[in-house]
Amino acid sequence: MALYSDKVMDHFRNPRNVGVIEDANGIGEVGNVMCGDIMKMYLKIEDDIVKDVKFETFGCGSAIASSSMATELIKGKPVSEVMKLTNKAVAEALDGLPDYKMHCSVLAEEAIQSALEDYKKRTGKNIEEAIEV
Amino acid sequence: MIYADNAATTKMSDKAIDTMMKVMKEDWGNPSSLYSHGQKAKEILEEARKKVASAIGAEPREIYFTSGGSEADNQAIMSAAAIGRKNGKMHIISSAFEHHAVLHTLEKLEKEGFEITLLDVHENGLVVPSELEAAIKDNTCLVTIMAANNEIGTIQPVREIGEICRKHGVLFHTDAVQAIGHIPINVVLDNIDMLSSSAHKFHGPKGVGFLYVKKTVRLNPLIEGGAQERGKRAGTENVPGIAAAADALLEAIDKMPEYSYSVSKKRDRLIAGLKEIPHSAINGDEKKRLPGNVNFCFEGIEGESLLLLLDDKGIQASSGSACTSGSLDPSHVLLAIGRVHDVAHGSLRLSIDEDVSDDDVEYMIDSVKEVVDYLRGFSPVWRDLTEGKREYIL
Repeated sequence: MALYSDKVMDHFRNPRNVGVIEDANGIGEVGNVMCGDIMKMYLKIEDDIVKDVKFETFGCGSAIASSSMATELIKGKPVSEVMKLTNKAVAEALDGLPDYKMHCSVLAEEAIQSALEDYKKRTGKNIEEAIEV
Repeated sequence: MIYADNAATTKMSDKAIDTMMKVMKEDWGNPSSLYSHGQKAKEILEEARKKVASAIGAEPREIYFTSGGSEADNQAIMSAAAIGRKNGKMHIISSAFEHHAVLHTLEKLEKEGFEITLLDVHENGLVVPSELEAAIKDNTCLVTIMAANNEIGTIQPVREIGEICRKHGVLFHTDAVQAIGHIPINVVLDNIDMLSSSAHKFHGPKGVGFLYVKKTVRLNPLIEGGAQERGKRAGTENVPGIAAAADALLEAIDKMPEYSYSVSKKRDRLIAGLKEIPHSAINGDEKKRLPGNVNFCFEGIEGESLLLLLDDKGIQASSGSACTSGSLDPSHVLLAIGRVHDVAHGSLRLSIDEDVSDDDVEYMIDSVKEVVDYLRGFSPVWRDLTEGKREYIL
């Protein structure tokens, strides 16, 4: 049995949305070099919609695949929806991750949350209110 | 496929497979049975014991067949500890980067009241004999230091270590799992009292190993039961595996001069090629290492991704990254030689043998360069390094 699902390997081999957004208005970086995974998410939000998203990841196959899948799940989506993205949704979209790799999907969720926090700080927008709408 | 993970396991040689098949098909009797079919198996078993003994300069009665290196390590250390305990000597010296079969056994003994000293292996991955001598105390009962490291391949000064142990009347065990069949070892010349080995590291079958124990040292069984292996290892002997292991070992010893020359030449070319990658470093002494072992750290990338992409290119290798171990810590070996977590995660071990051609070596160098470059291309750590936000370690 292979270590990873075909979906994980596909996103690992051909990661989507890799790179940097120069004029991003929300940037989040999570993880640390000690445990071996660092994810950085760049968001370009316009009219409460994630118009563009890019990522950079230092980490294992599942960390790269989780980052890639997470960007796919949030691209073009309203902020209110992006806020609700869970690691479980990322892992499920990848057809599952080995138990000891689940923290990679958690990292993807946290990277996006962190980028949204940054967006909130930069723009002064209350994202929580946006959810109510 | 280019197989570059011979430190993990080796392909069985044709000779070993032939021997194993023959014994399984024709001489499958129980060596403990007294009728001729059983006695034929017994003959094969004792012939194998002679071959193994001759390969390391031991006497046949000093060889005990086991299930592999881990069992041999466990039995050797537990037996030496029992002797120590009986004599009121409860101090054991080892090194910080031993195999877990040794380290975990020592941890168990520590809980039972033994004092354990782990010698520093320094940045070059080598034990310093004078530091060993200084660590020996009146109550030291055992020194256990591996002959060659399984990850970084560094070869310890076994003979000198053995000499020091003899001088102080301390038992010396060496985990020679990576060394036997790859570098010359002679238990008499090298002053070794106990030695562990595993057949699948020298083109023999898995599940077979042996423990050499000097005839004056009392060995205790780990497995109780029948009187096999002179009462020291119960259970019907794995005769086909043992016969195949013995033949594989003789073959490896026979080929050693040529193997050593040609494989270390390829190793040196690999090292020179990989050194061209900026912000990389070889792990362990460059020369005092096994003929086939290459181990590097590359800054800014993570080892598992590197392995998966090399696998896509047909290269089978290994890494000491935490992500490949299922734990949060990278390899204890890399940490022991002073590599910090940041770079230990980006390690790569290529352990080659004579099947790897010169073209394969060039292909591996090009592939590693390409993959490291690609992964650095979207690594936030590498970005921070190149933008001066983080300091280079390598």
